[in-house]
Amino acid sequence: MTKAYGKDILRFVILVVLQVFILDHINLGGYINPSLYVLFILLLPFETPGWLLLVSSFLIGFSIDSFGNTTGLHAGASVFMAFLRPWAVRLAGAPAEYEGNLKPGIADMGFRWFFGYTLVLVMAHQFALSMLEAFRFAEIGYVLLRTLAGGAFTIVLIIIAEYLFMSKRK
Amino acid sequence: MRHILAFIWKHNFFFLFVLLEVVAIILMANRSFYQRSVLSNATDYVTGSAYSTWSGITSYFNLKRDNQLLAEENARLHRILTREQLSSDTLTHMVEDTVFNLQYTYVDAVVISNSTNRRDNYIMLNKGIRQGIERDMAVISPAGVVGTVVSVSENFSWVMSLLNKHSKISGRIQRLNQMGTVVWEGGNPAVGTLHDIPAHVKINKGDTITTSGFSHIFPEGISIGYVEEINIKSGDHFYTIHFRFSADLNSLRHVYIIKNQFREEQEELRKNIIND
Repeated sequence: MTKAYGKDILRFVILVVLQVFILDHINLGGYINPSLYVLFILLLPFETPGWLLLVSSFLIGFSIDSFGNTTGLHAGASVFMAFLRPWAVRLAGAPAEYEGNLKPGIADMGFRWFFGYTLVLVMAHQFALSMLEAFRFAEIGYVLLRTLAGGAFTIVLIIIAEYLFMSKRK
Repeated sequence: MRHILAFIWKHNFFFLFVLLEVVAIILMANRSFYQRSVLSNATDYVTGSAYSTWSGITSYFNLKRDNQLLAEENARLHRILTREQLSSDTLTHMVEDTVFNLQYTYVDAVVISNSTNRRDNYIMLNKGIRQGIERDMAVISPAGVVGTVVSVSENFSWVMSLLNKHSKISGRIQRLNQMGTVVWEGGNPAVGTLHDIPAHVKINKGDTITTSGFSHIFPEGISIGYVEEINIKSGDHFYTIHFRFSADLNSLRHVYIIKNQFREEQEELRKNIIND
């Protein structure tokens, strides 16, 4: 199992470090808080069992929380996103037949597929995040603004990261 | 029973999702309980060490600015000292007891982690229980108020920054001695809001807002910010004042943690009133 998910474990660590030491310090207008770390949840293999998907999402959220003193916030939003993932895969169009080595990235599934899949999940994550953070409906305008601004910025970062680290398939 | 188990097993994805969300929400809701737990101490140890290393590297980039700030502060403190000496030269006899009735003691600390882009922002400092830091101590920078200590581990402490929806500080317009409540409404990390200033007083742009000293946490007269925009809804009895924070909360480095030596006594006194 360690072998099958070796790349994912490495990605987990790199994304947490990037998020905590660099991205959390980006501040544009006070609304934008990009969450590149969700790329980990997006890129887990299609055949990842449901429990592992949820638990690993909880763990990456919890790691981010520990660094930002936001106990439970990112964990909650990440688990919500992981819960929606199987549905988002079906929505974007599941690969006809899992050949065991198709991965949910641009390289295997194409840009359009990946963009739709990312858009739905990142927006859901940002919405859950802003909602849990404000924790009251009175701030709904603020929540929506944060969701849109943060979500858009996150998606741009994810697409850039995908192209930068895209491995050519043989 | 077997049917229930079979049902849960069949929908294990959904039930695990609910379970993890409940855990996350319990963690959020019982933040203060979590912060006193062993797990929190362990994660603080890991994150604190990582942040210390990182801040050790990045500190070099700001040396010039930090030195400038500290030099300016030194100059200001020197000025106060000289004034004291001049005003006391008519005395024939002077008792120099610097410890008698000393109310506030200061500990210097370095910010090793900080954020300004969330709704609730926290700052991590490199001092903890071992250095005598406790909950509810005040934190200020050379320029002004920063926040309050909310959680302490062996060697580190978390500070609730002014940029937090739970942060509520008693402030006043210094020129008029009018009391109000300082909060942050999200968005721009340089601008805060002052509520509860009655509409009959005349406020000017640029008025200084300082701490009132009534909270038992902050000493009196520490700068919080400068009035920028004064609003009042028709029929309302209080102003809503937007002001610029005097401390740049986005580029904090050296701060002071302040202990009020009489805080317990003051709190005790207040408790007596409530209990009556």
